[in-house]
Amino acid sequence: MAKQYKTLGEDIWKNRVETINAELFIFTYGSIVAQLVKDFEDYEQVNKQLEKMGYNIGVRLIEDFLSRSGWGRCTDFKETMEVISKIGFKMFLNIAPTVTNWSTDSKVCSLILDENPLNDFVELPLDTQHKLWYSNILCGVLRGALEMVQMQIEANFISCVLQGDDISEIRVQFIRHLQEELPNADD
Amino acid sequence: MSHVYYFTIVGTNDVPLYEAEFGMQIKDTSLSAKEETRYLNQFIAHAALDIIDEAVWNTTDLYLKTLDKYNELNVSCYVTPSNTRFILLHENKADDNIKTFLAECHEFYIKILCNPFYTVNTPIVSPTFEQRVKSLARRFLL
Repeated sequence: MAKQYKTLGEDIWKNRVETINAELFIFTYGSIVAQLVKDFEDYEQVNKQLEKMGYNIGVRLIEDFLSRSGWGRCTDFKETMEVISKIGFKMFLNIAPTVTNWSTDSKVCSLILDENPLNDFVELPLDTQHKLWYSNILCGVLRGALEMVQMQIEANFISCVLQGDDISEIRVQFIRHLQEELPNADD
Repeated sequence: MSHVYYFTIVGTNDVPLYEAEFGMQIKDTSLSAKEETRYLNQFIAHAALDIIDEAVWNTTDLYLKTLDKYNELNVSCYVTPSNTRFILLHENKADDNIKTFLAECHEFYIKILCNPFYTVNTPIVSPTFEQRVKSLARRFLL
């Protein structure tokens, strides 16, 4: 099963995705974050803003993802996470984070980002120690995308190589299934 | 034989961005003379700026070789296309090692420029850069 995700992800990446220059992408994201830091002067706020931006990306991106991958309904949260990692991340960033550290009730897990293209070239200012999550936009994307398929989740970075940690880890927590609710307005 | 080097990066508006000394050891007495003239290094490096500005027009190379001399010290320079100047003061004759050192420093400088949190023409405070330059100096200069 796991292999099937991987092959599909790679197939989509190779044949059905238009790529852009990596540096263009990295520098664009970099300057957005740097500008936010300059404007808000508060890393908490910057994290929040990045998450919001990611949310707005996510609610749109899920449609693109589903139509491109042709993937149907997932049976459980575990499968969802595998699909996100092996197909979703692969499709848009060409990385496949490891899904691991499942809690016993299968509601909380970790995405370990072995590599993160957003991080390239980046060196955080010295005073950001464990305050600024540079790639926090990813958490927002996850939340936005899953909300559109009636799943409420919460995603947070708990460690990041840019902060001097050994690995970058996003903790994803499943909260509940949304029943026939309208999505929240863009905030 | 231990040589003493003084390395500085000067920004496009003649502001120093980074400086470092290699091979400076205070323990032995013969070096104390060098120690005394240490404060002159900045002067010597910055006095060379005018010469550098003229020399860049004579070559298409980024590495400008040794341009100036002050007492025992040779001044070698490397100018990036955006006119950031890497100046190295050294006692021995300029050789390929010095050229390589400056060229590699250029690579590291590019990495610094790529960092979204770095603003052009501000001092380079990155510990990674510091560490890279130091290990480069150990490999090629000392």
